[in-house]
This record gives sequence, C-alpha cells and structure tokens, in this order.
Amino acid sequence: MWDYTEKVREHFFNPRNAGPLEGANAVGDVGSIQCGDALRLMLKVNPEDERILEAHFQTFGCGSAIASSSALTEMVKGMTLDEALQVSNQQIADYLDGLPPEKMHCSVMGREALHAAIADYRGETWVDDHEEGAMVCKCFAVDSALIEEVVRANNLTTVEQVTHYTKAGGGCCSCHEGIEEILANVSAERCTAPMPPAAIPVTEAPAAAKPRLTNFQRMRRIEETIEAIRPMLQRDHGDIEVVEIDGKNIYVNLKGACQGCMMEQATLSGIQAQLVDALGEFVQLLPAAMLAMPGRR
Amino acid sequence: MQPIYLDNNATTACDPAVVDAMLPYFTEQFGNASSMHSFGNKVAQGLKEARVAVQRLLGAEFDSEIIFTSCGTESDSTAILSALRAQPERNQIITTAVEHPAILALCEHLEKEGTVVHRLSVDKKGRLDLDEYKSLLSPRTAIVSAMWANNETGTLFPVEEMAAMARVVGAMFHTDAVQAAGKVPIDLRSSKIDMLSLSGHKLHAPKGIGVLYLRRNTRFRPLLRGGHQERGRRAGTENSASIAGLGKAAELALEHLAFENTEVRRLRDRLETGILAQVPHAFVTGDPANRLPNTANIAFEYVEGEAILLLLNQQGIAASSGSACTSGSLEPSHVMRAMGIPYTAAHGTIRFSLSRYNSEAEIDRVVEAVPPIIARLRKLSPYWNEAAPAKDEIGAFVPAYG
Repeated sequence: MWDYTEKVREHFFNPRNAGPLEGANAVGDVGSIQCGDALRLMLKVNPEDERILEAHFQTFGCGSAIASSSALTEMVKGMTLDEALQVSNQQIADYLDGLPPEKMHCSVMGREALHAAIADYRGETWVDDHEEGAMVCKCFAVDSALIEEVVRANNLTTVEQVTHYTKAGGGCCSCHEGIEEILANVSAERCTAPMPPAAIPVTEAPAAAKPRLTNFQRMRRIEETIEAIRPMLQRDHGDIEVVEIDGKNIYVNLKGACQGCMMEQATLSGIQAQLVDALGEFVQLLPAAMLAMPGRR
Repeated sequence: MQPIYLDNNATTACDPAVVDAMLPYFTEQFGNASSMHSFGNKVAQGLKEARVAVQRLLGAEFDSEIIFTSCGTESDSTAILSALRAQPERNQIITTAVEHPAILALCEHLEKEGTVVHRLSVDKKGRLDLDEYKSLLSPRTAIVSAMWANNETGTLFPVEEMAAMARVVGAMFHTDAVQAAGKVPIDLRSSKIDMLSLSGHKLHAPKGIGVLYLRRNTRFRPLLRGGHQERGRRAGTENSASIAGLGKAAELALEHLAFENTEVRRLRDRLETGILAQVPHAFVTGDPANRLPNTANIAFEYVEGEAILLLLNQQGIAASSGSACTSGSLEPSHVMRAMGIPYTAAHGTIRFSLSRYNSEAEIDRVVEAVPPIIARLRKLSPYWNEAAPAKDEIGAFVPAYG
C-alpha cells in the first residue's frame, strides 16, 4: 500500500468541489486513459478582475490523483488567473504534506490542467510538453524520460555523471543497473561515424560552367559517389543504397548501424553535399521511407 | 468490523495446523539435517515426510523429484537457467506474454545475452493458439515455460498437452504452477512435464519456501552450488521449519481439493454474479469457463483500480488491481494489455481471490459494498456522465494528450 499522508487520504475520502460546474467559463482537460490519469478542471472566472470564483474537478485516477485535484481546486479559489499560473506542482504536493515519488506526476497533472483551463479562458491553445517515463530513481523521483533527455543533451557516459546532473542514483544506488541500461541504449543509438572527407576533389571551375550530364551519366555519377562513401559507413557497421532517383530527389536506404541512428540526418546531409559537388547541381537526399508518404513532399 | 481477505492469489494466511507443525523446528528440533547426531536425525525425518506430502500433492512418481527452494521465483529461475546450461546446442525459449514477471523479466534479461525468446500471444479471453505454439517448436528450443494458471485472471493453460508437444522436438517443458497447485488436480507422473514451480505461501504455508519438481532423468544444472543438500541440486542448509510447514500445507491442500472446486467455486460465482447484476459496464476478464475456482477478475469501466481498492480497504475488504497506479508503473497490467482489454477497463480491473477460509456472509458483504463504491467513483470520473459513459455525448471528454 502507498504511504499516503493523512491529508492525501482526507482529500481522497472527502474530495472538495467534485463534479461538473454549472456556468464554468474556463475548462482544462488533461491526462491520458493509457496512464490511468485524466482530469477535467472547471473554473468560473470573474471577467472583471480575472479572479477565480469557483473551481470544480472530475478525475479518473488513483487516490493521489483525486486528492491532488481536490487540493488544487481549494488552492486556486480566490486567486487571479495570473496568481494561479504561479502555482507549481510542488506547491500542490506540499499542500497535501507530500506525495510518494511515483505519484508526483499527479500534482504535475493538476498544474497542467490549470494552465489548460486558463488558456481555454483566454482563447489560447495550450500545448503539452509532457513526457513521462518509468520511475528509475525512487530516492529522488527521477524518471527514465528525464534521464534519457539529460544523457542525450550532455553526452553523458557514466552513472556518476547522471547522478551529478539529475541526482538519480545518488541515494540507495539500487537503480544503477537501470541507469546503465539507459546509458547503453542511448550510446547504441548514437552513431559516431565520422563524416568522410570530400571523396571527390572540388573542381576549380564554377558549377554552372560544367557540361550538362545525360541521364545515364548522371545516374552513373550518383552511383560512383555513393560507392566511394560506402566503405566509410561500412567501417561503422552501417551502409547505404540508392532506391530511386526522381529529378532532384534521390531516395536512399540507410542500413545496419546507420538505420535509426540519431545522426541519420547529419549523415544524409554530409553525403548530399558530396553529391551536389559531384553533379554540379542541387540534389536532395531523402530516406526511402518518404517514397511511401506522398503527402510529405 | 472483521476484515475480509479476498487477495489469496497474492498470498495466503498460514493454516493454524501448519504453524503447529513448524513450531518444534524453532525449539527442540533445531538441528541440522546433515548432522550425524540425533539432533539432526529427527529433522531429516521431518524433511522426508514433507517431501512425500508434496510428492502426493503433485502426483510425482518419486519423492526425489521434489527439490525444496526458497520461493517460486527461485524455482522458475533454476528451471530456465538449468535448461539453457544443460543443453548448449539449444538457445531458444518459448513462453507466453502473460507469464509472471519471475519468468518474463528473466527471459528479457537472457534475451540481452543472446538467448532467443518467443512469447506466445493470447486472445481476448487470455487463451493460447496451439498452432502458433507448434510452429515455434524446433530442435533449437531449449525449454518451454507456460504457467498452469494465470495469477490475475485464473485462466488455465493446456500445459499437459503443451508438454507432450514439446517432448516431440526434444525440448524441456516447465510450468509455473504457483497458482494452480492445491486448486486443480495435478498428476505429474502421467504427464510429460519435466519441471514445475510451486510456492508455499500461496497454499497456506509460510513465505520463503518453494519447490522445484524435476522429473527423473532430466538434465540439470544447479543454480546454487556448495553443499550436498537436495542431492546437490540446491545447496544451502534446509529451511527445515518452513519445509515441515509446507509438508503439512500440501497434505491439507490435497484434502481440500474437492472443497476448492465445489464450495469455494460456489462462493466465487456468488460474488461475481452478485456484483455484475448490480454494476453496469463491468465484465469478467479471462476465460470464465476455464479458470481457477477461486479467482474472479472484474473490469469496472471508467474508474481506476487503486481508488476502488482504497475505498474497499476503508471497509476492511482486501483485493488487488491491475491498474498502473497500484504498481507505480505507467501502464496497466501486462496480462490485461496482452488480452487487448481497452485502457478504460484495464485500469479498473479488480481481482478477488478466495480461499477455503472465506464464508458466505463475507461474500454477501462484499457484494453489498462494491456497487456504491463504483457509483461514487464514476460520479467523479470525467469519462462518466450521470448513468452512462460520456463518450457518446456531445462535448465528450477528449484530453489534451493521450
């Protein structure tokens, strides 16, 4: 059983302001049935001074989701919208004398519903930047999404570094295997293939002065250029093949380690630059998957 | 108000007779079964009797086929790792998508080390497709591991038939019978099952004791080495008190097998029909026609399981849920997802699991308590409107991310 505080229990068993609100003029719907949490926050805002007169909620969720919603409605009543925007998820959790680390997302959902409701009132669209992963470090409530993001952004390679950046793994240490797994996954994704130096020397003559190539010559030239690049990709357990040439669009398949690599875009643009040089005209290198998406380009 | 315990698939209370059987081993029978003196001698005798009791419960041919372990998880790990190590020419495992984490997490780990793992899918009632199974069996299959009964829904798998099919390609067959032992008849001697896991605390023995059944002539590699206990197949001084307790529990389970399948089944059905008659938008998950007699898993749509459990607990009623929130994970139970139960229902699944100690009065109290709790939570739910789901209405709830 979760170690819920008295205040959480009290708000769960006797939720305040539950149910639909007649005449609500600010409604925020957030959450996801997939994660098992969804919240509709309904506010009645006085247009004169933008003060929240009433706040109601409807929640699909666990004990702490319902308690967080109830607490939120109590907290924001009487605030102006600008004041309400300052309410943080930590304040919601504090109001309830704390939440278990796995349940902190319930307070995050409360804050998001508030922002969504206020955006609704102001006729704005609220965009969710919510990404949540499985809880990895229970001592400091750090989830896998945050760890992955920080590892990617900072090129982290060790558990110690992750602990310095996120605190994850700095407590009981039992999540170190999980952190190591994230590090391994991210580093596997990150293709470190160095871009080959220009395989074909850039000609002195300006591109415009080049004689126009026949279709056959052009195709051959594309193939030769790609062939010259392949060994360098193969060295990093990757490969490339040309699938289709359609005017200035050249569709290719990246294979092996290059496939799904974080650096895929960089690899493609590097090869593209060489093709542009070799052909003396602008061409665009695209993944072959785009052939199946007629609407994209 | 007396509490009502309907979470017997999680763990059971020790039978008082089991406790009585254990107590001497904490006082006068403290000896080490391996010792030459009389202190050890009597303990060894006690272990032998317990082994025979478990042998009878499982219908094993020899008592030496019973290996005492520390828990069901240890038995599962021992079985799978042994099959891989003893048959280096075979590197594939066939299991199911709805196994207990003791199997699934191990397989996932082995997969990273290069073992090939096939996970059989289930249909919406949690049933396997034996043609799919047959197509995956090959001379590369080291072991098949399929549970006898599912812990969440109670759905039974045709393990005896599956074991015979595995034998045809020379693969070993293991079954996790942690939930089935003591609730359905088991006769290993007439089957082709090579290994079986059992856990004491699911059948009124204490926690910390388990069994691995290992058919005679099955190639085996121990998980723990360092002693001759259990004929060198599981080193470590025997947990004599718990083994004696398990022996008593096995004896009692065999005695009550018919009772489980008549009286306990009757109470389970009474609970289920009583609740379903009063609560709309609720259904039984799994295969109701083919399941354990003690398990009822009911999905209550548009409400969340943890909230139901908290309100049940307030009235002294203990059950469990497949919702994400109860486990702190982000998704509802893998069993519900494997069966394709929609999220609106999977988060609201409640498992009631009975034992021979539950009474009709208790069941009637639960039947009375559940409907108002569901109604109360639905009133709070944005997916519910007055007396029906909100989805058909104008302005239905469509949150910003999902």
